[in-house]
Parts: sequence; structure tokens; C-alpha cells
Amino acid sequence: MDGGGASGAVDADRRYFLIGATLVVGAAGVVGAAVPFVKSWSPNAKARALGAPIKIDISKLKPGELLGPMQLWRGKPIFVVSRTEAMLAALALNDDRLADPKSERPAVPDAVKPKYAQNEYRSRKPEIGVYIGICTHLGCSPKFEAVVEADKFGADWKGGGFFCPCHGSMYDLAGRVVKGVPAPDNLPVPPYSFESDKVIVIGVDEETA
Amino acid sequence: MAAHTESRVPAMWGRFMTWIDRRFPATETYEFHASKYYAPKNFNFLYFFGSIALFVLVMQILTGIWLTMSYVPSGAEAFASVERTIMRDVDFGWLIRYLHTTGGSAFFIVVYVHMFRGLLYGSYREPRELLWLIGMAIFLAMMAEGFFGYLLPWGNMSFWAAQVIVSLFGAIPWIGPDLAQWIRGDFNVSEITLNRFFALHVVALPLVLIGLVFVHIVALHHVGSNNPDGIDIKKNKNADGIPKDGIPFHPYYTIGHDLPAIIGFLFVFCLVAFYLPDMGGYFIEKPNFEEANPMKTPEHIAPVWYYTPFYAMLRAATFPLLGVDAKFWGLVVMAAAIAMPAVLPWLDKSPVKSMRYKGRISKVMLTLFVLSFFILGYLGTIPPSPTSTATAQVCTMLYFAYFVLMPWYTRVETTKPVPERVTMR
Repeated sequence: MDGGGASGAVDADRRYFLIGATLVVGAAGVVGAAVPFVKSWSPNAKARALGAPIKIDISKLKPGELLGPMQLWRGKPIFVVSRTEAMLAALALNDDRLADPKSERPAVPDAVKPKYAQNEYRSRKPEIGVYIGICTHLGCSPKFEAVVEADKFGADWKGGGFFCPCHGSMYDLAGRVVKGVPAPDNLPVPPYSFESDKVIVIGVDEETA
Repeated sequence: MAAHTESRVPAMWGRFMTWIDRRFPATETYEFHASKYYAPKNFNFLYFFGSIALFVLVMQILTGIWLTMSYVPSGAEAFASVERTIMRDVDFGWLIRYLHTTGGSAFFIVVYVHMFRGLLYGSYREPRELLWLIGMAIFLAMMAEGFFGYLLPWGNMSFWAAQVIVSLFGAIPWIGPDLAQWIRGDFNVSEITLNRFFALHVVALPLVLIGLVFVHIVALHHVGSNNPDGIDIKKNKNADGIPKDGIPFHPYYTIGHDLPAIIGFLFVFCLVAFYLPDMGGYFIEKPNFEEANPMKTPEHIAPVWYYTPFYAMLRAATFPLLGVDAKFWGLVVMAAAIAMPAVLPWLDKSPVKSMRYKGRISKVMLTLFVLSFFILGYLGTIPPSPTSTATAQVCTMLYFAYFVLMPWYTRVETTKPVPERVTMR
């Protein structure tokens, strides 16, 4: 032992190196030990299983109405809206009031943007709209209004819409968000497909199947 | 005989304490924190509220433990275990629950007054910066504790309030949606969320709170209490090294000051807990008497009153900026509003501590700050309208102006001379 030990002098460099090395190894251990604790907060196997596709029977859905009782997919309410000819015609008339009429805004990481929903109706069939009924602002569930109240949407609004009671965000009947409301994005479209004319499967489409 | 017993009991007590003190610093701790802790003699009623807060904490822990004995944290049973088992089946369950719910609101009322006292008399100033920061940490932990606890009754407002608040984290660019899902532990708020909030509410955060309150008191007794004059009483000591303007915390403040205050507090508290436990929908919101329903958003979602000032500021951010959504800015504004008081010790440049000796601008700014806080608190409880949003935006500016302009106005204003010794008024 030169420099340290018997003579009583401390090799400061060696001490700092050892302290530093110990800290690095210790920190790696803490990170490793944190992994199971952090990961255990992710959705568990049961929650993921309950997130499996669901089937919705739309045989009782009348034109111009929202399907009720509402179904939950992954705990989120699913809006299935049947749009009349007049409602479809009105969709084209509010474009200047909409923030993203053509659904061009880049998708946020968890939002699904199916190709078949990138049209003005944001749906596979113009008359049937399928949306996740969760406001893109803070997660409330907007209310369906077949004919909107003018004092909320403004006198120039054509057709129906969805109104979020929490913070006043508004969407048209294709789930497209109005400009100048707290919600930044259109209502998400879940992956879905038609098993038959009367049955929609939520959670499965040609991309995820 | 009597004289004989009297002389022996103190002697036995003395021997017992000597035995203890050799093994545990009991007398030393008691003297340091109570009988020889010299607090300024000019405390006024605003100095009640720290002790009352401690009292409420103890009450919350006691009632909370008792509620846990009958509460079932499962999606199917939580609502019934509160509304039926606790409220109807358990003897005095209703009382214990109402003491706990009223205690939650009382805790915030008391702590808000306690914090206002700090603003008024400059209690955050050197050397009490760390004491103030620990207090801010307590405030944060309390907000988290209240939020987690609010989900537990599994009422419809519980559900949707949790939904909205967790969604806030979804506003953080890129990591937000995954983070929100990680917090919920599910694709939407569910029983899984309820279970973890239960663990956080009854175990994790109470431990954090008790630890923080402990270091808050240790730090206070290390630096000594401030007072309404903002004068350092340790500058004037007598021959024994005791501050001339100080009196022992026990018995003068314990028996003579805080005990009557706690009794007075309990009068008001019990009136509310017995006769008005939901405070007309402010302490327990009406939709919470209905079970959680993920398909039915209540007509109007408002948080419990103690969050509403911050909630109103969240809603006041309505326009995108720098290519980022208004939703994210709302979160930033709210977080900043909560965190802002933490930097006060470094914003206040005044040569004096107490508002008694500060200038006119400080007084006006503090008044506007308090007014805006109250107005925001009201606005946060009502549905948004263009008028309420505009008012909230003005009040948000005033709220932040108090902090942001402080380095300027505390420097330029004329202050009054501070006396050498504390004043009794």
C-alpha cells in the first residue's frame, strides 16, 4: 500500500472513484428494483382480456338516433349514430367552424386513425358513424343532440352534434371537433368492422385482425 | 399521611424519569419542543391554525382507520359499503364518515388560512425557506390525498372527477396517453384504479403526510416561529439566553391559546358534520349519491371546492400557443399556480417581513390575490360560459401578478420602520 494505509494519508482520488463506482452500481440496482413496481401499474392480464373485441347489434337503431343502451369497449362508451340524409347533408355545411374537418391532424400516440374513417363522414358507411364517446379534452362523455341548441352551438350551426357538458366542447355528428373549444381533436374512431348489416364488431378491422 | 405520600410520589416519578432519560431523550425532547420552546408573545388568532391543522390530521387518521374497517374497495361493493354498510348498518358509521368527509374540507380551510398567515407576515422569509417548502410539500400531498380519497365512495362524481383529473396527464405531449393509462391501470377508470387509489389513500400518502408534518415541526422549532411583526425575537435575549419577547410554548400557547381554539373549531366543525355534512353539494357533491356509471357523465362536473380555484385556471386556458394544444397549457397553468407559492422566499425582496410594515402596493397585491383566489374558487364550481371564462382569465392574471411582479413592487415601495421589540395589538 503506497500513499495510504500505514502512513495514514488518504488517497482522495481512489476514495472518490470507489464512492462513484459504488453509486453507479447502486443506482443501477435501484433502477432494476423499480422495474417490477412500475410495471405492475400497467393494465393487468384481466384488464387486457376485457379489452377484447365486442359485438354490437344495431338492428334496433333508428335513423337519426344514437344507439342505446350504450355499449362499453375497454371501459369506454361507444357511440353508434345513425345519420339521416338531412344529417349527412348538413355535415358538409359547417366546415369553416371545424378545427380539423378532413381528419388530417397527426394522430396522438394512442389514437387509432383507421383509413376507412379518413373521409368526411369518418366512417365505413356514411349513414352509420362509430366513435369512442370520450371527449378528447378531459375524458367526459359528450351528449348527443339530434338538433343542437342554438345557444350552445351558435345560430349558424347546421344539423346535429355532440356537446360535452364538462367544458363545453362541441363536435358535429361525424365526431369532428369545433374550433375554439377546449378539446383539441376529433372523437376517436375505434377499429371496427361490419360482421353483417346488423352487427358491428368493435376492436377488430382488417388492420388489427 | 397525606404529606408523606405527596413527598414520595414526585420522588418516584423523578427516579422513573431519570431511568427513562438515560435511555431515551424524553425530558430533553419535551423541553425543546414545548416547555422551553420560546414562541413570540404577540401571536394573534391566525397562529391557531397550525395547531388546528395538526388536530385535524390526527382526527382524519383516526376516523380513516375506522372507515377502512367497513369499506370494501371493489367495483361491485365499494358504493354499497359506503352508502349502506357504513351509513346505515354500522353503529355510528354515519358519524365517523361525516367526521371524515367534513374533516377533509376542514383540513383545507385550516391550511389555506395557515398559508395566508404566512403570506401576510412573511413567514416564508429567511431563515424559514425550507420550513415553507416542506409546507408546500404537505399541501401537495394533501391535494393528492384528497383526490385519491374522493374516488373511494365510487359515486358517479367520484368516477368522473377521477376520469377528468387522470386525463389531465394525457395532455402531456407524447408520453401523456400512456402515462394516463399507466396511472389508471386500465383503458378507462375501473376497479383497478379504485384499488390502487385505495392503497395510496390509506397507506402511502398518510405515511408521507405524517413524515412531512414531523419534519415541518422539527424545522419550525429549529428556526423558531415568526410573528405578526416579522421581528426576530432571538436578537433580544436576557441574561439566561431566553428571548425577552418569547414565552414558553407550553403552557402559554398550548393551554392558553391553542386548546380554546380547538374547542372553538370543534363547535363549528360539529355543527357542519351533524347538520350540514354535504354543505349543500360543496363538501359532498350531489351526483355522488348515485353509483359510478362510465356511460353517464354528470350534467356538470366540478371538483370539490378546495380544488376549484386551480380548476378554474385550468379551464381559463382556451387557446393553443406555440403549436401546442390549449389542453396542455391548461395543465401547465394549473401546475404553475399550485407550485408558484414555493418560490415566494426568493421573490420577496422587501426589507421588512410583515405586511404591517410593507408598503401600499404589497397590500393591494395581496388583497387582489386573495380576491382572485375566491372568485376563481367560485368560477370553478359553475359550468363554463364565455363570461365566466373571461373573468377566470382576468383572475388568473391577477393570481400570477402577485408572484411575478413581487420582486419589483417589494423593492420600489416605501416601507414603515420596524420596531426593535414586538408589539401587542
